[in-house]
Amino acid sequence: MAKHFNLTLHVWRQKNAKCDGKFVEYPAENISPDMSFLEMLDVVNEGLIRKGEEPIAFDHDCREGICGTCGMVVNGRPHGPKERTTTCQLHMRSFKDGDNITLEPWRAEAFPVLKDLMVDRGAFDRIIAAGGFISAPTGSPQDANALPIPKENADLAMDAAACIGCAACVAACPNASAMLFVSAKISQLALLPQGQPERYLRVRDMIAQMDAEEFGTCTNHGECETACPKGIKMENIARMNRDFIKASLTYRPATIGGGAG
Amino acid sequence: MELNSRIPDGPIEKKWDNHKFDLKLVNPANKRKYKVLVVGSGLAGGAAAASLAELGYEVECFCYQDSPRRAHSIAAQGGINAAKNYHNDGDSVRRLFYDTVKGGDFRAREANVHRLAEVSNNIIDQCVGQGVPFAREYGGLLDNRSFGGAQVSRTFYARGQTGQQLLLGAYQALQRQVGLGTVKMFARHEMHELIVVDGVAKGIVTRDMVTGEIKSHLADAVCLATGGYGNTMYLATYAKGCNGTAIWRAHKKGAAFANPCFTQIHPTCIPVTGDHQSKLTLMSESLRNDGRIWVPKKKEDCGKPASQIPEDDRDYYLERKYPSYGNLAPRDIASRAAKQVCDDGRGIGETGLGVYLDFDAAIKRLGANKIEEKYGNLFEMYERITDENPYKTPMRIFPATHYTMGGLWVDYNLMSTIPGLFVLGEANFSDHGANRLGASALMQGLADGYFVIPYTIGGYLAGIKPGSRIKAEDPAVKAAEQYVSDRVAKLFAINGKETPTHFHRELGKVMWEFCGMGRNEAGLKKALQLIPQIREEFWKNLRIPGSGADVNQSLELAGRVADFLEIGELMCLDALERRESCGGHFREEWQTEEGEALRDDENFCHVAAWEHKGEGQTPVRHVEPLSFENVHLATRSYK
Repeated sequence: MAKHFNLTLHVWRQKNAKCDGKFVEYPAENISPDMSFLEMLDVVNEGLIRKGEEPIAFDHDCREGICGTCGMVVNGRPHGPKERTTTCQLHMRSFKDGDNITLEPWRAEAFPVLKDLMVDRGAFDRIIAAGGFISAPTGSPQDANALPIPKENADLAMDAAACIGCAACVAACPNASAMLFVSAKISQLALLPQGQPERYLRVRDMIAQMDAEEFGTCTNHGECETACPKGIKMENIARMNRDFIKASLTYRPATIGGGAG
Repeated sequence: MELNSRIPDGPIEKKWDNHKFDLKLVNPANKRKYKVLVVGSGLAGGAAAASLAELGYEVECFCYQDSPRRAHSIAAQGGINAAKNYHNDGDSVRRLFYDTVKGGDFRAREANVHRLAEVSNNIIDQCVGQGVPFAREYGGLLDNRSFGGAQVSRTFYARGQTGQQLLLGAYQALQRQVGLGTVKMFARHEMHELIVVDGVAKGIVTRDMVTGEIKSHLADAVCLATGGYGNTMYLATYAKGCNGTAIWRAHKKGAAFANPCFTQIHPTCIPVTGDHQSKLTLMSESLRNDGRIWVPKKKEDCGKPASQIPEDDRDYYLERKYPSYGNLAPRDIASRAAKQVCDDGRGIGETGLGVYLDFDAAIKRLGANKIEEKYGNLFEMYERITDENPYKTPMRIFPATHYTMGGLWVDYNLMSTIPGLFVLGEANFSDHGANRLGASALMQGLADGYFVIPYTIGGYLAGIKPGSRIKAEDPAVKAAEQYVSDRVAKLFAINGKETPTHFHRELGKVMWEFCGMGRNEAGLKKALQLIPQIREEFWKNLRIPGSGADVNQSLELAGRVADFLEIGELMCLDALERRESCGGHFREEWQTEEGEALRDDENFCHVAAWEHKGEGQTPVRHVEPLSFENVHLATRSYK
């Protein structure tokens, strides 16, 4: 068995969106290097509950790095020190005895803190609802192989589609920009033939919603790409910008009564 | 209790077509007058909510996650089956139907399974239309791979993230409807009670997990798509939040619970490392396409590094026992075989509870690059968790709870024994029998959501007068709300010393030991004594800090554990009463000389559906006989 060790946590505690928060220090004792980071927090929380104190609230669900629910800023880095790794997949072997660890929620105007390390990312859902889809009502599509898609495009679309919507990109960005997230969806759908009919409408609508949610703008710091646990690339932002410029230049209002019959 | 499966007449290939025509339709102008609640936003729930809204119904959708995109369908890795026969290898609807019935060890309904196989092809078309980036070949056409229990390549996949991509497709369709105002989405809401008036489902009561508000939602029909109850076992591949609360509330209000003991133990998960373990992680079954499973032939070799065990001293036990399916034997069989070699003292790793999944031969044959292309993200995930590099040393794997084939009983229309309550996806029991084949869960969730419920719910709603919903002042609504707030108060009032997780872990140990991969009469009887003791202790010694008027994750967990403590008991009772072995349900008293499951078709070729009789009362076991007219009952063989 690997040797267990002790840590000190400095955790952001905040009762709800209306209250102010503050850092509180907690010891984390007898931690196994095989534990995941969230299992370490489980141990601390079990101790707090037994003492009658409120446990540290944090979002988590699949604990496999795919659902995108978890995420906290660990020592100043979203999801912690390990590249391409969500908080739930971070393991305690990345730390050593006596380490001090500071834990904060994602910090962005668009993500109000609900409690402690838990934030409201509803803005992301609203951006998708504004246009992050292909309108393909159930029952209408043609055979799946009717439209061949070059493997290269399918693979690039998949690269972009791998986004888990965790919002680490926003937390990492000095401008709290959501452009990596938004551009990943725009890229995925723009790379596929099925996404063409709504391509320019989509980019306009999604960006309008992104702005309405008060996310900042990209100024090419590249922090988002470094923080992304799924390796989503900034080239998606370039692709989105290209489409957005084209959409803006070629914009024509919908024909009134165009489809009436 | 009447169990009328409502299977349509006629030959099996015609049943669904005929039934679709026979179902009554709701006039398009009337659809908006009907409100449908969908609880759960995974493949089944998300697809249903989007499709019903597209049809014109007023839909409200609920999920406990912070966004519908996070439902646990997202974690499915390997793929989705469909009988497209794109590879000309002899696949057909009939073969997918046959494989699924056989794979389920003849404990599923033929008619449901045939419908599933029929709509499998529509699902792939639908998902491609939505922009799901399935893997493609250089010619631009869709790629396929093989999965357990089949001898054709019918599994469509999107790298190792098929569930994620399919779910995002459904989520985007759902968000489109949210944007159009046809679906009202309630994230971070948990269903705590079903409202039933005169025996008919009329709504639900939810708790807002941010504000603590307890509120009722009234409708013309309710769809539960809340997934499985496998977290009863504590350690499982489920997400931490997955729970059985919604289906258990419905069960207590009159919905029969079918085959609760049918759980799937998946053979390829990362082994447990210690008591701190909070969940288990699956390694996709697709890995068994290229990985070879083995343990040392000699017990004394188990402590040695794999590289020091010569080829001749390795026992590739699946290839040895099942030469025609080899490493692609179905899950129940592969899991049991792993247990047998570990029971034999030949398990590997610190705990002795593990077997190797070795890619050495595949890397030599195809090259590390090809393996990386196929499984790169899975290998990365494995390395992140274990700190071992699977390109260099074999993976260590062990079976873990992964899926529940049991669930609420539904008829052919997916309606439970409570009229107006429909159950979709893993939450129902109907399609997988006693064992689910790989890549069939995604297929069933989407089949139910996209292609079954949009038809069958119309048949039900057409029989209800528009605008006949109950009012918020109805005594049944008030009573249901009161029940939920009383229960929250009761949990706080215990004010004991132990955490909800403590009780969950205790329950899990009992379930895994006595109702896991091997079950026997003495063990199940012991579990049936132990579980009520844990439950009693829970209601005496639980502690929940904080208040109910706020985010309170301890309260959420406590409510779920309270239900697991009852579900676990029913699982054990069902396992005890099913005196045969079938699929994942292995009663040690019923096995062949070679240790294979021994079915008893004379006495148990049926669905067991349990009726709740009130608190503290023994539930009653009802039976729906199963008949096999198209796939003849036979001993399953994968040799």
